[in-house]
This record gives sequence, C-alpha cells and structure tokens, in this order.
Amino acid sequence: MLPQHVRDRLRAIVGEAHCLDRPEALVAYSYDATPMHQALPDAVVMPKDTAEVQQVIKTAAEAGIPVVTRGAGSNLCAGTVPVGGGIVLVLNRMNRILEIDEQNLTITVQPGVRTADIHQAVEARGLFYPPDPGSMVVSTIGGNIALNSGGLRGLKYGTTKDYVLGLEAVLPNGEVIRTGGKLMKDVAGYDLTKLLVGSEGTLAVITEAILKLIPKPAVQRVMLATFANLTEAARTVSDIIASRIIPATLEFMDQGTLRVVEDFKRIGLPTDAAAMLLIGQDGDPETVDRDVERIAAICRQNRAVQVKVATNAEEADEVMTARRSALAALSRLRPTTILEDATVPRAAITPMVEAIQRIAAAYNVQICTFGHAGDGNLHPTCMTDARNPDEIERVERAFEEIFAAAIELGGTITGEHGVGIVKAPYLEWKLGAAGVEVMKAIKRAFDPNNLLNPGKMFARESRNRVVVNHAQR
Amino acid sequence: MHSADWKAALDYEELSNCMRCGFCQPACPTFRETGYEAASPRGRIALMKAVADGILEPDQDVVDQMSLCLGCRACEPVCPAGVKYGKLIEQAREAIERECVHSWPVRLLRWLAFRQLLPRQDRLYLAGRLLRFYQRSGLQRLARRLGLLRLLPEQMRTMEAVLPEAAGKGLTEAVGTVVPAKGEKKLRVGMFRGCIMDVLFHETNVNTVTLLADAGCEVVIPPGQACCGALHAHSGEREQARQLARQNIAAFKQADVELIVSNAGGCGAMLQEYHHLLEHDPAWEADADWFVRRVRDISEVLAGLTGTPPLQPLPKRITYQSSCHLRNGMKVTKEPVKLLQSIPEATFVPLFEADRCCGSAGIYNLVQPDMAGRILDEKMGHVAATRADILVTSNPGCLLQMKAGIEQAGLGDRMEAVHLVDLLARVRRDAETEGERPSLDAVTQI
Repeated sequence: MLPQHVRDRLRAIVGEAHCLDRPEALVAYSYDATPMHQALPDAVVMPKDTAEVQQVIKTAAEAGIPVVTRGAGSNLCAGTVPVGGGIVLVLNRMNRILEIDEQNLTITVQPGVRTADIHQAVEARGLFYPPDPGSMVVSTIGGNIALNSGGLRGLKYGTTKDYVLGLEAVLPNGEVIRTGGKLMKDVAGYDLTKLLVGSEGTLAVITEAILKLIPKPAVQRVMLATFANLTEAARTVSDIIASRIIPATLEFMDQGTLRVVEDFKRIGLPTDAAAMLLIGQDGDPETVDRDVERIAAICRQNRAVQVKVATNAEEADEVMTARRSALAALSRLRPTTILEDATVPRAAITPMVEAIQRIAAAYNVQICTFGHAGDGNLHPTCMTDARNPDEIERVERAFEEIFAAAIELGGTITGEHGVGIVKAPYLEWKLGAAGVEVMKAIKRAFDPNNLLNPGKMFARESRNRVVVNHAQR
Repeated sequence: MHSADWKAALDYEELSNCMRCGFCQPACPTFRETGYEAASPRGRIALMKAVADGILEPDQDVVDQMSLCLGCRACEPVCPAGVKYGKLIEQAREAIERECVHSWPVRLLRWLAFRQLLPRQDRLYLAGRLLRFYQRSGLQRLARRLGLLRLLPEQMRTMEAVLPEAAGKGLTEAVGTVVPAKGEKKLRVGMFRGCIMDVLFHETNVNTVTLLADAGCEVVIPPGQACCGALHAHSGEREQARQLARQNIAAFKQADVELIVSNAGGCGAMLQEYHHLLEHDPAWEADADWFVRRVRDISEVLAGLTGTPPLQPLPKRITYQSSCHLRNGMKVTKEPVKLLQSIPEATFVPLFEADRCCGSAGIYNLVQPDMAGRILDEKMGHVAATRADILVTSNPGCLLQMKAGIEQAGLGDRMEAVHLVDLLARVRRDAETEGERPSLDAVTQI
C-alpha cells in the first residue's frame, strides 16, 4: 500500500481512472511473459504524456518508492516484474506515432506503440524498420528499446540498437533529457542513446524515440533445407557466409524441435533429419534470385537431404509455418516452457548445440533447440512443469551449464532477451567482477537511490560458475 | 464468494498451460478497447489463477472482468500454447454463479430465461406466438407511436426494431420430422433447429432443410431435441447446460444420423464441445463422443457435397462477417466464403477484420451495452467501407446485431444483413423459377 498522500498525489497527476490499486489491478500487473516470476506492486499508474511521467517520477523519488516501467509485459527475463513492489508505470497509453520523416528517413514514436504497428505504418510508405522480435505483434517499441530486442533479421540488419537515433527520457530525479537526434553522425559526448538502449528500465524512463528507417526491400524469398547431421548444417551456414552472402534470415531447428513441429502441424518435415535450416533473402529481384540459387547449391554441396525453395507466396508461407510454429508446438507439450537465448559466435553453433543436447541428457530434462543460426543466437527451450520442484531444480542446473558452455565458446548468457531477474546471477560470468562494478557505477550515477526497476540486472549474489566439463564425465 | 469454489470449478491444468506470452491480447476486443491488462485473456487467466491459488479474493472487480469478456474466443486460434480459454471463462462464471446473489429482478429474469423458457421449446413457441401477435396486431405500431419504447434502454430499443417477425409454429410442424432427399440420397443428417432460432428465424430453419434436401440429404428433425445450452454455459449455468446436452445426445442418437447439422455458429460450437461439458460423466462419455464427431455447420455440409443444383446469378456486392464461435469454436472459416463465391455474378468483398467479434456475443449486447456499442461502431465503419449490398453472417445473434448496426449507421437504404442460408435459398429459389422460364419462352415462341 502506498502512503495516502502519495496515492492522492498520483491520482491528481494522472486522474483516478489511471491510478489503480485494487487487488485485481495489482495482480494483473504482477507478471510478464517469464515463467515462475510474479510479485505484486503497490499501485499501477498509466500516464498519458512525458509531463505526467515526470511528475510521477518526482513524486515517487520524493517518497522513495520504486518505479517499474512497462509496456506490453512480453519480455522473457522477468524485467517488468515488480519484485520490490512500488509503482508499475504502464506506458501503453502513450501510443502515438508522432512523425514519419521521409526526408531524413526516420520515425518518431511514443514508447507505447506496438512494434508491428510501426512495421505496418512505415511499410505502407515503402520504408522498412527491420527489428522483428518474436513478440512484435504484442510488444511495444519502448520495451524493445529498453531490452534491445533482436529478431529473425538480426544477421543482415542488426538489432534494435542499430535503429535508435535519439531518445527522450525522464531521469530518476525527474529531469528530462534528449539524446541524439535525426542524425547519422553525432559524437557530442558519451553516447547516451546507446547506453539507454538495453538499460532495462534501470536508468531512465524512455518517453519518445527517433528510429532509423531504410528503404523496403523489393522482394523476399525463402527456402528450407534439411540435413542428416548437425555438422553439415553448420558447415552450410559457414559456407553461405564465406561466399559473401548475408541472408535476411538464417534459422535453425534441431531434431527435437523438428519432430515436435511435425507432430503438431503435419507439414511433411523429415523427422529423421538432424537439423533444418530456413533461409530467406530480400532485396532487388535479380540479386535475390541469384543468392537463392547459390544458397541452394551450397546446401546441396553440403549433402542436404532436402532443399525446398518456395516459388510463390503460398509455398513461402508453408516454409515459414515450420519456423513460426516452433514455439507453439513446443509449448503445448508441457505446462511450463522456458525459452532461453544463449548465444555464441556463429562458427561455434555445432559445439553449442551438441553441448545443449549433452547437458539435457545428463540432467534428464527435455530441451529442444531452435534459433537464429546466422547470428549464433540459439533458443534452447525447456519443456517442464513449474509445479515439480525436483525437475525445476534439474532444469536450472542444466541451464547454468548451458550458460557456462556458451561463455566458454566465446558467447554470452543472453543474446536478445535481457538480464532482468533471471540472468542477473550470471551477469558476472560474462562481464567479470570489474565489468559488473563499472555497470553498477553507471547505475549509481543515474539513479543513486535505486529507484528505477530495483532488483534487476544486478544480483545480490552471483552464482558460482559451474565447470562445463562436468556433464561430459 | 470463496476462492475454494473457483479452485473446484477451474481446470487448474488448463490455467497452468497459459505461459503469459500475451499473444492473445491483439486479438481480444475488450483489450483493444481498454488497453487494460485485466481486460485481456492473459489478464483474466492470471486473475482466475490468483483466485484459485488463494492470493486474490474473487471480489466485484474480478467478477466484472469475467463479465466484460465477450466469450468470442478470438484468443484461442492465436494462442501458441493452445489454451482452451472458452472453457476456462465458462468455469469461472460457473464459480461466480454458484455463490453470487443477484438482485431479485435479475434472479427472476435468469430463472425465467434459463429454467423456464430456453429449455422448454413449447413455451418458446408460445412466446413466439405472443410476439407475433404484438408485431402483427398493431400493438407494436401503437407502442411505437405512443413512445412507450423509449422506456427501454437504447440497445433493447434497437433490438426491438430489428427483431424479425416471430413464427407461430415450429420447424417440425412446417416440414415434418423426416424430409426425404431430392434425387439420390447421399447422407442421412439430423437437423439441429435451435431454440430461439426456431421461433425468430423459422424461415432460416425451413431454408436449411430445403438446401440440405436439395443437396441429397435425408433430413431428420428429432422432436426430442432441446436448446443447445450455450447461453446457459456462457452465463455460468453449466449444470443446466449438461442436462440439455444429455437430452440432445439422446434425441440424435435415437435418430441414428450420420451428421448433425447446425445453422448457428453459437449453437454448433456448443454442440461440438459436449464432451468437455460431460467430461466427468462416465455414463455419457461415449455417447458425447459419438455426438461431437458428427456435428457440422451447414456451410461445411453444403460445401462438401458435389452435384448440388446450380445457383441463380446475383449481381451484387457481398461481404461476410464471420460468427466468432463458428470460426474460433468450430474452426469453420473457408466454407461460407467458398459458398458465397460460388454465386454467379456476385462480387465477394472481404470485410476488414471479419474475424473480430461484432459485439453481439449471445446476450452480451444486452448486459454490457456500453462495450458492445463501442465494438459495433468500429465494426460498422469497416462494413460501410466494403460498399456491399449484402452483409452475410452465420449466426442469429450476429445477424440481429448486424441488422441493428446497419440501422444505427444509417446504411439501411443500401445494405441488408442476411443469414448465409437465406441468401443461398434466395438464389436457389430464383433458380427454380428460372428453370421454368425456358418452357415459357418456348410457349411464346410457338
């Protein structure tokens, strides 16, 4: 419960209808898309503009009440679960596209705009905003920026950070800053824009963003190739890149995923194949046709069991169905689905997938892997049941080993989901003590009273790093 | 109210299957209108689970969120985890009803509707005759002239205006209990006539039988059948729904039919889920399975049979608003469109967001007029943009809502709302007279 005077003040700022503390509202904003994490806030506040955000932040700062900023709540790192209670600041009323600037090729948006609505708005004008996180029909751009979301097109086009040119943000002391601008070049001081991208709501509240747009590719084509073993699939990925082709999408599914998808969709996938690649290219028609042919040839050279190039929209849709159904198919198997995003350099995909399979077997847990082979961002996905503590314990230990294996291979604990609560204990594995310390110093510089999204990014205690080779014995 | 009731009523396994990805939210009409997490399927499931877990009291706010749900189930096809939300919302409403104390007028109304009227077809026909008397005797004109209807809330007033003329007799009185197939008999089908359907949309039922017989079906109308129980189940009266389910299963089992045909998406979806309704009833499990496997929408049967008689050309623009339960419950999407596209010279214009609820949702438009009105306004904007002459639907509730929407939007002079079956019958009937015309021409030539 908030102190009465704070409650009154908040209601005066945003209006009674937009400051809620009924039990039903508190429960509704106690979770996000992360399994097994939930905590009740003390109030839910929905401001309509930057000025209201500013006043809410000032009020919270004066009273020393934590603020957790949130959009759709579709993240997978428990980044918006209010573990320290306080205020959940919901920004989805700030959902206007402010401007599409066709001269400078930028779009200016409020944080509550849905990612898919940005796609639709700019594509209607022949423009393109490439970042396409899996949750884009739900997620808001504010959340994408706060978590530096990736997506299927990361390999060729990069991720959210590559498209944020400027931000307006409210600092924990209530001051408003503007960073960057409609500028491709800007070296005036530290790059605060890039610092706020991926800061997970711990440094400031993002209230407006200027995003970079590019011309929309004229055509896109997709194909599917299956392989009898992992090595051949992985070599195909390397060979494609080595022949100077950067596909727009280069997705991977392991045998476990293939089988589950086929079982669910019955689209004729070869379930005895060890791996499947889904490859897409976009651009002007000649280049795309040429690339697709060369990629198909590379697949065949690497002894692909089946190569299927979509020749029309319907076939393309069929090919994409396989990849799009992966999460759906997997999540139907058991009540709890834990989707991770251990990421390695692209050349280390084979040892990583093999390590995941070995670790899953060692802990007797079911983990299937799919993901973005082109950029080494894998999604080992565990099907389990949150109500079985023994199994969950094994799942956690298996994932610890998977994180350790990723780091061992020159990778990271999270490629696109963020640290939040779930990866905080492992952050030091990736950064080292000095790395974490400098990040904490940055946090203190912005937010000395630890007001914004407390309990995220930095764990009270780091986990002891597991020795990877354990599971091999 | 107690959370123990919720825990008993709710399928906890199903609640646990929700992984909170939020993919349901863009599909949810009430979330789109409010932007409020608790007014979304993910939010409602979280509330149900919190109540079942004992961390939330099922207070009025919780009940209000359960009531605000249209039950359109647009969240189901988009759910990656395949959560059966429709089942959960019904279970939650059952828990609410078990403990809820309504004000006496509401209690009386619920008792009248759910216990005394809907399950008793004879009384519905009587009500139909009374309504018919009101409509035809001049009473309706008098009531309108005296402004008596202004006493009604706006939503009911519009509904009164678009209510079709009630039938004084039932389907079996009109066509008998068995109608032979025209030509070679391909199938023996049972016709589910519905309860209100057979009073307010008697003509549609007659047309359904005619179209089926035309297509080579021997049509049986088991007289022992009753209301499908959908309105009961949606309103938390699941026990009453179970009784109706048993009655229907017995009636059609006895009639020994190959398929059971419904012409209302709302009823069909309910019939197709009798096995869920009776899942803890071992005596009925096998028969429920037998029944469920046979249920089809009329569009599926007609689109699936070959050699049906050719249709008369209809040079009109036609659009289609899908019934939510036909689409999300019965999973029928292509067949109605295929049938409409088979009408010669007709131009089929797709309706933007035809897969979104129109706000009718059973009796939702009467109990939640504000939200229903907002949803209908948006829908009519899209309908107007099609510039269609005919707006086709496949469920009586949707049809009334669309008729009301057309009136409210001032489109009455250039657009009509028609049930799919009635439109098909219209082009078919014309085909019959057309069939006679050549001989007339022949006479003239002589």
